[in-house]
Amino acid sequence: MGPRGASVSEFLHMGGYGFYVWTSYGAALVVLGLNVAAPIVRRRRLVRERPGTSAPARATEPPPSLK
Amino acid sequence: MLITAMVAGLGVATGLAVLAIGENMLWFFTPSQLLADQPPPGNRIRLGGLVVEGSVRRRPGDLEVRFDLSDRAAAVTVAFRGLLPDLFREGQGIVALGRLDADGVLQAEEVLAKHDETYMPPEIAESIGEAKVAERAAAAERKP
Amino acid sequence: MTLRRYASPRHFHDLAGRLIPWLGWPCAVLMAAGLWTGLVIAPPDYQQGDAYRIIFVHVPSAWLSLFVYAAMAGSAAAGLIWRTKVAEAATVACAPVGASFTFLALLTGSLWGKPMWGTWWVWDARLTSELVLLFLYLGIIALNGAISDPRKASRACAILAIVGLVDLPIIHFSVEWWNTLHQGATVFRLDGPSIHPSMLVPLLLMVAAFTLFFLAVLLMRVRCEVLHRERHSRWVREVRA
Repeated sequence: MGPRGASVSEFLHMGGYGFYVWTSYGAALVVLGLNVAAPIVRRRRLVRERPGTSAPARATEPPPSLK
Repeated sequence: MLITAMVAGLGVATGLAVLAIGENMLWFFTPSQLLADQPPPGNRIRLGGLVVEGSVRRRPGDLEVRFDLSDRAAAVTVAFRGLLPDLFREGQGIVALGRLDADGVLQAEEVLAKHDETYMPPEIAESIGEAKVAERAAAAERKP
Repeated sequence: MTLRRYASPRHFHDLAGRLIPWLGWPCAVLMAAGLWTGLVIAPPDYQQGDAYRIIFVHVPSAWLSLFVYAAMAGSAAAGLIWRTKVAEAATVACAPVGASFTFLALLTGSLWGKPMWGTWWVWDARLTSELVLLFLYLGIIALNGAISDPRKASRACAILAIVGLVDLPIIHFSVEWWNTLHQGATVFRLDGPSIHPSMLVPLLLMVAAFTLFFLAVLLMRVRCEVLHRERHSRWVREVRA
């Protein structure tokens, strides 16, 4: 694997700190993923909705920032 | 509605900030501050300093470990039973939470390691360490 | 005036749409390089071993928690002064992004603190002031949700965002002003970074990648926000068609 000459299992072990390191990177992946997904989903919804019917329905919906 | 929400938001934020500033901002005492302040024995205090080289001693057959914390101007002895953090070692920054006993020893219930903002590979640290040892040896030779 | 032209929601929507890939792809490349150099190439730390590698996600998210807030306050001021619709939309679009990265900074800090310091959390000045930042973001999100008129909501959020600016210097200088368990600054210090180049390179790559990431998702969110706010105008109907 890289110049450290470590095997895959050694790499995952992270010198005994694997749990802390990989949980951190996993959490980062989730936060990055949600930040990309949220505006994509919202845009799809905004483009699809019909302007005539959506406006009154929207007023009772929770605000977009909380979704 | 608008004003209520804003006041609530601001209130929570400032309340937390004031609470934090008042109580916890000076999060620990240094040994000099502690000796100058002389808090009454029995008060729970946090003490932060470097573990003095060669001061770590364990009593055989006992879980208790004792070490001196120093800020280079003063030192206070800490006694602790329990699991020390991975970073605990001589020369390391440590913050201990506990009460001073009658002998001026801090009976700690919690010991945390405070690492510094320096990051480097072990080989570099080793060569810096060797340089420091050589420096110290040279200084010692110059003294007499 | 060209500036006003681009500040119009419609032109912003078009321009941002073309700009997003130009931010997204460099972000992906930088992040891949940062992860490779940070997790594989960089040596372990002399004291912390491999646990210090959390720095490569912790510092970029902590950096973004401050940077996003500054951007939010900046657009808040612009929205209040010039009543620019796009700036008003950007103020509320920043808040959820900033909140998520503040949360990530606190979480990864906790995951780093447990093995190194020996505790998940302490109420020292740095951690407390960063937690206050999270509450500021959440307060702005809640305030925006509580007011149904988007423009009024934006202005209310803008005031709260500007008031909350006082927390930024407190966070940055907390480690100098008070005794904290958190260590001092590594990168942003007067005498230069106190980190070995082999570890500084991945750190800077990740900081750059996270910053581009924020700019890309901000543009995505502001596009949604203006689509929603201008939903009755003709150009939005054209976009939908």
